[in-house]
Formats: sequence, structure tokens, C-alpha cells
Amino acid sequence: MGKLKVTTSIMAIAFVTLMATSCKDAKKEHSTTDGHHSEMGSGENHHDEGMDMPHDGSLESKSMMGDGQKSSKSDMLVANYLELKDALVEDNQNAASKAGGKMVMAFNNFDISSYASKQQEELKDIIEDGKEHAEHIAESPIEHQREHFDVLSIDLIDLIAITGTEKTLYQDFCPMYNNNKGAQWLSATKEIKNPYYGSKMMTCGSVQKQIN
Amino acid sequence: MAVCKSKLTKKVVTIIGSILLVVLVGIQFVPTKPNLSEIVPETDFMVINSVPKTIQNKLQVSCYDCHSNNTEYPWYNKIQPIAWILEDHVVQGKEELNFNEWGNYSARRKNSKLKSIISQIEDDEMPLFSYTIVHGDAKLSEEDKKEIIKYLTQVKKDL
Repeated sequence: MGKLKVTTSIMAIAFVTLMATSCKDAKKEHSTTDGHHSEMGSGENHHDEGMDMPHDGSLESKSMMGDGQKSSKSDMLVANYLELKDALVEDNQNAASKAGGKMVMAFNNFDISSYASKQQEELKDIIEDGKEHAEHIAESPIEHQREHFDVLSIDLIDLIAITGTEKTLYQDFCPMYNNNKGAQWLSATKEIKNPYYGSKMMTCGSVQKQIN
Repeated sequence: MAVCKSKLTKKVVTIIGSILLVVLVGIQFVPTKPNLSEIVPETDFMVINSVPKTIQNKLQVSCYDCHSNNTEYPWYNKIQPIAWILEDHVVQGKEELNFNEWGNYSARRKNSKLKSIISQIEDDEMPLFSYTIVHGDAKLSEEDKKEIIKYLTQVKKDL
């Protein structure tokens, strides 16, 4: 009987060990998907070599990322951003998370090579920052999504100032968000639908300016 | 019948147990790359900003282990799989924010980072619970939080 006890305890330890390591792997897979285009010899990627492709949604996003067309136009980013904004207006964390994932791809596929070098520098900065916010939006609860959406909106406004857009957009302002410091967002319709508070305060805010 | 079954179960348990034991011993020989550096670069947050001494200490103890190029490792970092878990935390932590690289971030990114740092501290998401549970000294009291957030908010304003 004593033997059984020893074996069981060994098993318990080993089980915890295995759980811990598999947990680590799952996390790793995740970060690989995110950092697919940005990894620059970070030296840590050797962990992933030889690992099977994950059989979940991230596989799909990975292949889609590879197939994505490079574009120097802001269309895709704006479309995905508006999708994200609508999801937040509807208090839909899940849809917002998906749109965030799409934005990560759109940032990755954004081609800055046709812009002047000074603009390129600024665009690179905006893209790097925006991508990080989009990544967080893809995997956060809704209140955090909104916090990141606030800064992402500024990134997008600054990006459009450089790239322009063919769409007519409205730059809106909610004075209450951020402890009354206020926050901006972009919308395709003139009517105010607040993405920071959703159904709690749907019509809070005003149009600051019209783009196009 | 019942005796037979329990004997078989015992055998299976012994075999699985032995295999797992071998795995547990085996992984002790897998090396990890420690996150150690004696250099405090000119781009470090503390070098660039004039951080009050008390806040310096708190950031050092509560944040720098995972968010800089130098980790003060505990003794149990010698044991796998703990070393892997720690390594993973450090790699991810540095990817999100590396205080040693502060000066290399643009104003836009500094602003984003500060906003996230403040929000994470406010919501008790950082330092990680799994970290403070073994590093009692890394836990931030409500007063610490207030002090740090106040300071960081000022840094953000001055960007």
C-alpha cells in the first residue's frame, strides 16, 4: 500500500509539472500568432520550431495573414476600425475582439514604402503603437478594449491625416470618458453612437469635425 | 474479479508514475537562458526621468524583474519547470514593456505604455498575483499605488 501512495504522489507532482509546461506552450503559440510579422530575431522563437500548427482559430488567422494583400491605402484599416467601433457601441466584447484581430492584420499588411521618408517614420510609429492596442483589444474584457480603443482612435486619426481616406468620416468627441478628460473616435455616420459607454450613454458626445 | 482489477490498476499507475518521474528528472537538464545584465543603459526609465528614490525602489522591486534586462532570480529558478514559467513571464513582460528601453520608445508609444502601466496598477493586474504571492515585498499597498500612479500620470502629462 505504501508503494501505491508513493507512486500516486509522484504522479501528482508530474501531473502538475505537465500542466504547467503545456500551459506555457499554449501561451507561446499565442504570442507567435501575434508577433508573426514583427519578430526580428528575438532569439526566443526557437521554442516554436517544430511545433504543430495550432488547430484553432489562430490557424485561420495565420493563413489569412499570409494571404493578405499589401496596401498603401487606409481602406482596410478604416473598415476594420469601424467594425470595432460598432462592436463597442453594441457592448459586444466578442465582436470587438474579432475586429481587433483583423486590425492587427490590416496593420501588418499596410505598406508604407510609397510615402516620403519622414512620413514613413511617423507611419511606422503609428502602426507599431496601433498594432499593440489592436492586439490587446483582441484578447481583453470590454472595459480594457475601450481603454485601448481610445488611444487606437488617436493613432487612426493621425494615420488618416497622412494617408487620407476616400470615405467620409466624422471625428466625434465624448467629454466624459477618461475621468472627464474626454476621448475621440471616428464614425461613418453623423449620428452619435458612443463606443465608450455603449448602451449606458448611447448619445453622449458631439461631432468635432467632418473628414471629406 | 475486484482484486484482479485493482492489481491491474496498481500496475498501470506504477508504470505511468515511473514514466512521469523520468520526465520530471529529465527536464531538469533542459537549460534556460537567464535574463541578466549588469549594465543600466542610458535609455533606462530611471536615467531618463528623475524618479523619486522611493518610487525607484518600488519600480525596481515590483516591476523590473520582468520588465527589464536584469532579473533577480529566486533560488527555485534552478528547478524545472519553474524556470520555464519564469523565463516565459520575463520574455512576455519585456515584449510588452522594457524599462531599460524606455528612451527608445517614441512619445506616442511612451504615452501608450504609461496609460497601460497606470491602468494595470490601478486594477491590481500588475504586479501579477502569481508573482506577489511568492514575492511579498513586490506587492504594492494602496498607498504605494497612489504614489506611483500620481508620479506616472505626471510623467505622462510632461511627455
